[in-house]
Amino acid sequence: MRQLIILLAIFALIALTPLWLTSEFWLNAVLLTVYAALLGQAWNILAGFGGQFSFGHALFFGTGAYCVAVLQIQFGVNPWIGFVLGGLLGALVALAMGFLTFRYGLRGSYFALVTLAFAEVFRILSNSVSFTGAGEGILIPLDRQASQMQFTQLSSYFWLICAITLACFLTVWWLQNGRLGARMMAVRDNEEAAAAIGVNAMSVKLQAIALSGFFSGLAGVFYAQKFLYLDPSIAFGPAVSVESLLVAIVGGIGTLFGPLLGAAVLHIFAELVRHVIGDEPGLSMAVYGSILVIMVLFAPRGIAGIGRSVRSVLKGTGDAGR
Amino acid sequence: MLDVKALSKSFQGLQAVDNVTMKVAEGSIVSLIGPNGAGKTTCFALITGFHAPTSGTVHFDATDITNMKPHRIATRGMVRTFQIVQPFAGQTVRENIAVGAHLKIAGRRDALNKAQEIAAKVGLGAMLDQDAGDLTVAGRKRLEVARALATDPKLLLLDEVMAGLNPSEIRDIIPVIKLLRDEGVTIFLIEHVMQAVMSLSDHTFVLNQGKLIAEGAPAKVARDPQVIEAYLGKGMAKRMADQGAGSDA
Ligand SMILES: Nc1ncnc2c1ncn2[C@@H]1O[C@H](COP(=O)(O)OP(=O)(O)OP(=O)(O)O)[C@@H](O)[C@H]1O
Ligand SMILES: [Mg+2]
Repeated sequence: MRQLIILLAIFALIALTPLWLTSEFWLNAVLLTVYAALLGQAWNILAGFGGQFSFGHALFFGTGAYCVAVLQIQFGVNPWIGFVLGGLLGALVALAMGFLTFRYGLRGSYFALVTLAFAEVFRILSNSVSFTGAGEGILIPLDRQASQMQFTQLSSYFWLICAITLACFLTVWWLQNGRLGARMMAVRDNEEAAAAIGVNAMSVKLQAIALSGFFSGLAGVFYAQKFLYLDPSIAFGPAVSVESLLVAIVGGIGTLFGPLLGAAVLHIFAELVRHVIGDEPGLSMAVYGSILVIMVLFAPRGIAGIGRSVRSVLKGTGDAGR
Repeated sequence: MLDVKALSKSFQGLQAVDNVTMKVAEGSIVSLIGPNGAGKTTCFALITGFHAPTSGTVHFDATDITNMKPHRIATRGMVRTFQIVQPFAGQTVRENIAVGAHLKIAGRRDALNKAQEIAAKVGLGAMLDQDAGDLTVAGRKRLEVARALATDPKLLLLDEVMAGLNPSEIRDIIPVIKLLRDEGVTIFLIEHVMQAVMSLSDHTFVLNQGKLIAEGAPAKVARDPQVIEAYLGKGMAKRMADQGAGSDA
């Protein structure tokens, strides 16, 4: 209950940002941070709770993004409907991939590699078929109306991403406090032991990947409607996959607030470095990589893990080293 | 309630379980004993769906459960523990047990309450908020039992829950198992601790090199020459009998 209150309070504070922050540049930076937290939390559902590490979350993201874009351009479907469908299609693709990989018992690095391969296959496919606009990409026509999910005000985009991200975080809060989440963590920690006490590991992992794919798909829809342009490497390339896992790992896998912390730290660092060194291409990736190395070496449980270690040292339970 | 017929399992030519037929009656405590590597754990794994038998059938509550998935068998009311304990490390004792409780209880709060109740029953009441990975061997063995018990099973398969415990810990756990039976849980246990086998079981099966070599009341089985030989080596039964003629009261 306490975590829920803190969560709602934090999101209330974030949602107030447009009311006092007048700089469009900085509001956009906060928006991208919240958006990164969504990517990280979606990945965290599958990895942190379901125990399956994906290197290819761009698969679900790109599916959602292309879904909303293609539906409105080729079929005239309203993007709000495409928004829901994008999430659902993300979940569906996730289920299909989960079914194929979990069925053959793929785990750990094998699972990670297969997810990467799936995303690559989709990238190549979207590069070669015509209805996605192929390699030239797809441009969503400018039509700034709320009914077209395009806004004149940055603050409207800001509140939309806050709402989607909050929904994702509430889902994780619910997982942490319910039967499905308990089963996910049991499967994550020991699949055999979970099965012995009646947990259907296959079904639990499929539910985890579907939820994860759903929210990644929604993130993809948001991206498409915000930037109004997609191409195969934006949608299915490794950048989104890397950002998703990085945010969660840096913040703390398997925790509720980890992805938010991770997104904030990564974006603040990236901005600072940009200020000091200037806008070099590929710089943010280098920064992200260095942070990842530092985190893995010194704080394998992420920023949220550091907090927990400090607390347990203070309490004297002495398990800080783990 | 459990009916195992002509069960066999071979691992790449090694006949781990060979044509084993066993029955466990409802409300009883039945034990399965035998020397190391006899195939006891493999039997449990076959019965609970963790391994597929090479041949033979398993019926539980008159339903054929051969080749059924472990989680479905658990849902039907037969739950095993692991000889090599498998805690959900990083989660508390309470959370570990609650996973079992969730088999029948949907609500989180109710499952956590049930976990607390079960923990008290097996003597883990003081460790509820401890990390399961930090428990002692005895604690982990209890946790195995607690997690299984939380699923509210009809038949509980315990694989060497007393191995690694000291004599006083064994004395503590025997009444717990008796209490479970009195509450209506049928118990099938693998055990090396003879004191426990003798004082607990109504019926004993003896396995050696995959084959069933004796069965019956534990006191009777313990005197069976074949059993003594399986445990102590060839010729031992005769020597014991010779000595026994002089010293046995
Ligand atoms: N998964 C497996 N693959 C190959 N061989 C196995 C496997 N599991 C067990 N065995 C072999 O089958 C035989 C029976 O093993 P099992 O673990 O059932 O014996 P056990 O009676 O439980 O012994 P213990 O008293 O030491 O626990 C052993 O020779 C073992 O090496
Ligand atoms: Mg064994």
